[in-house]
Amino acid sequence: MKLELESVVKTYGTQRALDSLDLTIEDTMCIALIGPSGGGKSTTLRLLAGLESPTSGTIRIDGNEIAHEYWQLREYRQRVGVVFQAFNLFPHFDAITNIALPLEKVHGYSRGKSLEKAGMLLDQFQLTNHRFKKPAELSGGQSQRVAIARAIAPDPDIVFLDEPTSALDPEMTAEVLEAIETLIESKKKLLIATHQMGFAKHAADTVAIIAEGKLVEVGNSSQVIDYPRTARAQKFLKAYLKF
Amino acid sequence: MSRWVSFGCAILLLSLFLHASFSALEYQWNWESALRYKKKFADGWIATLWISALSLFFAFLIGSLVTLCNRVRFLPVRYLSMIYVELTRGTPLLVQIFFFFYVVADAAGIQNRYVVGIAIMAIFSGAYISEILRAGIEGVGESQLLSAKAIGFTEYQTFRYVILPQALRSSLPALAGQTANLIKDSSLLSVIAISEFTLNAQEVNAITYSSFESFFPLAFGYLILTLPIMRLSRSIENRLRFET
Repeated sequence: MKLELESVVKTYGTQRALDSLDLTIEDTMCIALIGPSGGGKSTTLRLLAGLESPTSGTIRIDGNEIAHEYWQLREYRQRVGVVFQAFNLFPHFDAITNIALPLEKVHGYSRGKSLEKAGMLLDQFQLTNHRFKKPAELSGGQSQRVAIARAIAPDPDIVFLDEPTSALDPEMTAEVLEAIETLIESKKKLLIATHQMGFAKHAADTVAIIAEGKLVEVGNSSQVIDYPRTARAQKFLKAYLKF
Repeated sequence: MSRWVSFGCAILLLSLFLHASFSALEYQWNWESALRYKKKFADGWIATLWISALSLFFAFLIGSLVTLCNRVRFLPVRYLSMIYVELTRGTPLLVQIFFFFYVVADAAGIQNRYVVGIAIMAIFSGAYISEILRAGIEGVGESQLLSAKAIGFTEYQTFRYVILPQALRSSLPALAGQTANLIKDSSLLSVIAISEFTLNAQEVNAITYSSFESFFPLAFGYLILTLPIMRLSRSIENRLRFET
């Protein structure tokens, strides 16, 4: 996939979350956005996923500019999947309905077909026994795998994952990262905002470091993480290695 | 077991207190004459049940409609619903009953006082119900809305599948409480001579020259209706607490 962000600004009130961000990434299957919290990773991801519109600047994915107009934006959102840090499953539906309902209501599947597909995905993520459980009865790792299944169910062009393991303990983190790896193996295009440096290094092709609302560094993942060129990137990565 | 003993103790204490109060008053009980009118009590009780049930139905319609009006982009509609809620919640029901009965119903040419009574209770309770629903809707988290957006739901689908089920669930205890209130508040309809439970009890009162012999059955009759509803509300509340 190809991402192009040109002087993208996003402000919330007086706060500048993105301060004229320029970023171009080409020919890549899996991109990791890393950087300090509050630095602009999540904002970048939300703009790319079409959940919010930039205050100014343009964003193109595979050459197409993301629209601002409501219907076009909604149509775009239907073609991408999003996984959130806090899972954001619907608490009043069981696992299988969480996955099947969007297929039926948004993507025009019949009820039977949507349940069949949701069931297959639950099997794929080893959640067969949890299909009729409500989110409150699932562990964090299980919830996040259901959320991943929900995001990939309509075969989206790209899946955006916003710090998918930040709310999980190490064991559940491993569970979820394994699920994400299976997506990479199946050649799904992914963009993941994460604090898991090890995962970013071995799973992503390209890493972009974003801090203070600007791009710090972008490039091949092991190169950027092992041999950062800029002082800001070195400072950020050193903090990770220290503890 | 010990729960029942404790409960019994509480009831016993309460009975002793009542007994002492009435003894100090040297109240002469005369249940016989009051009980001769048990059909009148029963008729009134059933009238109250009907009035409450119908009022509740229309109160829900009005409450839901007003809640929707609150979300309309056209400002006059929003202000109108806001004014309705504030005026209804901020003024005594008694004043509203008189106003609707003597002014509005008269002008509209509605003769049937039961229709007026049900309309008044529905309008009164509708304001409370709309506030309860509004709170429920606003309580649905931002993250849920974001999730619905990411999935590609339309605004209608978001409301239908995400907001409404969660808002209704969280509003259930308060709605049950409001239902109990409506039943009790309908007693005020006795002032416009609607022959419901309270008015009938008052009439027995006047005929037999008794007072508490008709007031106690009256209180008991309301409790039969309100206690189960309040128990239900409590149990829904507990269940919701475990679910989240």
